[in-house]
Amino acid sequence: MAAINRDDVAHLARLAHIEMSADELDRMAVELAVIVDSVKSVSEAAGEDVPATSHPIPLTNVFREDVVGHTFTAEQALSGAPDAYENRFKVPAILDED
Amino acid sequence: MTELKNELIHHSAADLAAKLAAREVTAVEVTQAHLDRIADVDGQVNAFLHVNTEEALAVAAEVDAARAAGGSAAEELHALAGVPIAVKDLIVTIGQPTTAGSKILEGWHSPYDATVVKKLRAARMPILGKTNLDEFAMGSSTEHSAYGPTRNPWDLDRIPGGSGGGSAAAVAAFEAPLALGTDTGGSIRQPGAVTGTVGVKPTYGAVSRYGAIAMASSLDQIGPVSRTVLDSALLQEVIGGHDPFDSTSLTDPFNDLVAAARVGNVAGMKIGIVKELHGEGYQAGVENRFNESLQLLKDAGAEIVEVSCPNLKYALGAYYLIMPSEVSSNLAKFDGVRFGMRVLPKDGPMTIERVMGATRAAGFGDEVKRRIILGTYALSAGYYDAYYGSAQKVRTLIQRDFDAAFAKADVLISPTAPTTAFKLGEKLDDPLAMYLNDVATIPANLAGIPGLSLPGGLADEDGLPVGIQLLAPARQDARLYRVGAVLESILEEKWGGPMLAQAPVLGSATTTAGGSN
Repeated sequence: MAAINRDDVAHLARLAHIEMSADELDRMAVELAVIVDSVKSVSEAAGEDVPATSHPIPLTNVFREDVVGHTFTAEQALSGAPDAYENRFKVPAILDED
Repeated sequence: MTELKNELIHHSAADLAAKLAAREVTAVEVTQAHLDRIADVDGQVNAFLHVNTEEALAVAAEVDAARAAGGSAAEELHALAGVPIAVKDLIVTIGQPTTAGSKILEGWHSPYDATVVKKLRAARMPILGKTNLDEFAMGSSTEHSAYGPTRNPWDLDRIPGGSGGGSAAAVAAFEAPLALGTDTGGSIRQPGAVTGTVGVKPTYGAVSRYGAIAMASSLDQIGPVSRTVLDSALLQEVIGGHDPFDSTSLTDPFNDLVAAARVGNVAGMKIGIVKELHGEGYQAGVENRFNESLQLLKDAGAEIVEVSCPNLKYALGAYYLIMPSEVSSNLAKFDGVRFGMRVLPKDGPMTIERVMGATRAAGFGDEVKRRIILGTYALSAGYYDAYYGSAQKVRTLIQRDFDAAFAKADVLISPTAPTTAFKLGEKLDDPLAMYLNDVATIPANLAGIPGLSLPGGLADEDGLPVGIQLLAPARQDARLYRVGAVLESILEEKWGGPMLAQAPVLGSATTTAGGSN
């Protein structure tokens, strides 16, 4: 497996929507390289015949009747929002129009 | 009155419930005694992020009124009605802020209660407040809280474990008889071990996760924190059960836990020592106390067998791929739009994407950022099979190892953590060293099996608490309570009382630590 470098971290930070300073990228690249190195043995642990476990206790999917249950009022749903306008979340521009 | 209040805080939840039922004390007196204790010592311990004085006293007064009214109002009271409890601040509550230990949620109020909180309210247990934690439950020391670390009541310069250090320290410092925690890789059990308290991670799905802010959904589990094994059993029976709001919650009944804690013997039970979960890498004092507990269980009639789970050597690695992957997905919702903080970029175009980047940069701490980036990496195209896919296969191998081990033993036993509490700051700059604290607790989360940590004595070299961990097959939580209660009773007989009676005195001179329990 490839090692993780500073450019990778910068790319991942963009994907994860976390702005990072140059210092932070330097530090994070070193720390993550150590962590990634320590977990790489995992890829050699299991053969192809071993099934993956995504959920610890096997369950089949759960369905319920398609009826309206508890719902929040618009006021409740917006109560923790940083900004709201007429029963809607208010956000800055979705598209860069500059 | 002061005498009475100070005495009240040292009782177990079971004893308080009995005193309340016998009308020897009122719920208001019990609740006030704990609120006074919080006022007295929490400046030193920092276990609480929010204290819920008014509501807790109002609920206590309702319980007292129902009891005084007699008849059906009194008869319908739950056995733990009026016994106060603290709630980890990862679990959402109406009427109190929920921060998850993060700046990004500072001042946020949930519009709904977690299912476990609804159950506490239905049982009329006064909620004393919200306890401190590593940000979004990511850490093993509570040092990653945005609101300052919690301190270990045994030594205020040391960590109380994490992520649920606040809940464990609150119970250890007699600020609450009970608390709720969450355990993704050991966050209930490891703080229990280093603070000399009891903590249980139930079987995955035995307690609804609805309203616990998700860290890693396939690993997270809410569970009890207490000073005695019986108290944890009582609390798990309150909070457990199927919940239609959590599709992963089990429909199995878990109503034999309190009875199991009262069985009182382990004769003929097979207890398995996991070869890979002690020895090298474990502090000498931890190993000594562990061996002592084994001998005591043997003397009590249990058969000790050795088992091997060879794939546990991959557990930490698999955990640090699966957990961050799920973290990166679960924490995507903190986007500066729907709840919590919004930070605007200092300059340049004001797009939602840039607002998100600035908000998450300012709102998340270092450990959260590390795990989000690591998870984003593990899930990215080209790496998914090698990382996340492989880690999920390791999960299968570990489950198979446990299946084989439980064919030979009814329960498994190990130290809960490899060391006693370390100094604040000691491992803060070394993430990998911090992660190693959870080496013995992580396997249970990967396999979905239940685990309990109880006090196993003090390490010879530093006089600090050592935790003993018991593990049982999925759905067999009752076995943990049966064996745990027996070991606890044998150890307390040896010590001449509860281990916390040996903890240093905190707070003002009128308050004494230890005492009856």
